Amino acid sequence: MVKVENLSKTFGRFKAVDQLSFSVEAGEVLGFLGPNGAGKSTTMKMITGFIAPSSGTAQIGDFDIRRQPVQAKALLGYLPEGAPAYADMTPLQFLRFAAAIRSLGPTADKRINEVVEQLMLQDVLHRPIDTLSKGFKRRVGIAQAILHDPSILILDEPTDGLDPMQKHEVRSLITNLAEDKIVIVSTHILEEVNAVCSRALIIANGQLVVDAKPEELEAQSEYHGAVTLKLADNTDPRAALQGLPSVFRVENYPDDPKRVTAVPNSGSPIFNDIQALAQRESWAVEEMFAERGRLEDVFRRLVDSHVSNSEPQRGAA
Amino acid sequence: MTATIFRRELASYFATPLAYVFIVIFLMLSGALTFFLGGWFERGQADLLPFFGFHPWLYLFLVPAISMRLWAEERKSGTIELLLTLPITVFQAVLGKFLAAWVFIGLALLLTFPMWVTVNYLGTPDNGVILAAYLGSWLMAGAFLAVGSCMSAATNNQVIAFILSVVVCFLFILIGFSMLFDAMKDWAPLPLLDAVTGLSFLSHFQAISRGVLDLRDVLFFLVMITAWLLATAIVIDIKKAS
Repeated sequence: MVKVENLSKTFGRFKAVDQLSFSVEAGEVLGFLGPNGAGKSTTMKMITGFIAPSSGTAQIGDFDIRRQPVQAKALLGYLPEGAPAYADMTPLQFLRFAAAIRSLGPTADKRINEVVEQLMLQDVLHRPIDTLSKGFKRRVGIAQAILHDPSILILDEPTDGLDPMQKHEVRSLITNLAEDKIVIVSTHILEEVNAVCSRALIIANGQLVVDAKPEELEAQSEYHGAVTLKLADNTDPRAALQGLPSVFRVENYPDDPKRVTAVPNSGSPIFNDIQALAQRESWAVEEMFAERGRLEDVFRRLVDSHVSNSEPQRGAA
Repeated sequence: MTATIFRRELASYFATPLAYVFIVIFLMLSGALTFFLGGWFERGQADLLPFFGFHPWLYLFLVPAISMRLWAEERKSGTIELLLTLPITVFQAVLGKFLAAWVFIGLALLLTFPMWVTVNYLGTPDNGVILAAYLGSWLMAGAFLAVGSCMSAATNNQVIAFILSVVVCFLFILIGFSMLFDAMKDWAPLPLLDAVTGLSFLSHFQAISRGVLDLRDVLFFLVMITAWLLATAIVIDIKKAS
């Protein structure tokens, strides 16, 4: 269990993290979202014991990160932002160092082989980390973080700088690891939230904006249940769609004139209505699908309203 | 834990040309100073006093060159975040890194053994004095290094770390000189005078290198090292957030 209690960090007069509280249970993958400078990395640095909070604390398993930092850190695997690693070492030397400091003992070599395989580092094991590509560096960092099979894994932007294939691999790795662990992932890629997270935490200005499941966030989108329709011929369906009582508005796409999207009235399901309409009008439907919601939209709206609400208070503080 | 960090650090010296460049420069400079400036042959005495006499000055520039990277580099490359989120204390990390650098300098010092061979070939020196001087020199290098470690922790710029270390180490050499003593003796109370001159690296080193292996001189350097390493840990704790 990770329990963050009223965590705050101020740098001079700047409040980087402001009274943040949340807790995560085993089996959860928590996506940590927020605009740049929202305090994601600072929060992670405090949870992992790198910097001391100005107030509040974090409970890592049975240990308080401020009172028993060494025991707490032993439970953690951490990939810092930018995946720093000793440039003059090879990945093998680096992993051996991590294994020694984590006191893995005789199981070290076996574990190193396992993570090397999981992250496909075989080809670069003996090359200085300095000379590796960004993707390999990131994977070396992840290998180091999962080497001791930690029960709590904290990854700061684990897929940053990876190509789409590698992103996919890292995401499935996280999903596989997550079964019995706590995983906290910070990201600014919203598709990642759907791909790996069971819960999303959005912060802005160091404060908690929302704590919800990805589906719940999607449900807040005005595009939740929106139906996109494309007809094969040149019929314009817009007027007919707008005539449906459950449709709020109809959008079209300048680059694809045959495609339209009907946005529902406050989340009421419209797929069936539109399907019935299409049959009545005998439209030649080429494509028709309902959306789950647009996270980008929700994210922007939540963060914007939070920032504009809290602006006066911050000015006074 | 300290041992693991020690091993990683020591290996890192030899992973780059740093170790070899340092050792070669150290040996060349210490030899050249002894023979040319120290007039070792001309003195006609079977001892290594001219050799050891230059060590404070040699260390003044060479030790900060080693110590400047200790923490500044970790901070610059971000590996400090990795290191300090491992299940170790800050002091273990400080100590491990310091010991690696100290052993490395000790190795460079050991490689000056041809001096000792030469002096034994040419005459019959007091090898006890030479041994004590080697020990004193290594202890003094440790004190320089501990100062440098603290300066390196205070900045992520290696050049600034180097300059700060040279300046602070220079002060610790300077306060052993008579000019400071003369300047202070008219107004300063005796205990203060004693305290200030007692902090000099030079006088403690000279005492040891004359062959008088007084426990107080050895303790002085060990206390000096411990104090600066504790200061390093505190500085890291304060500075790592920024």
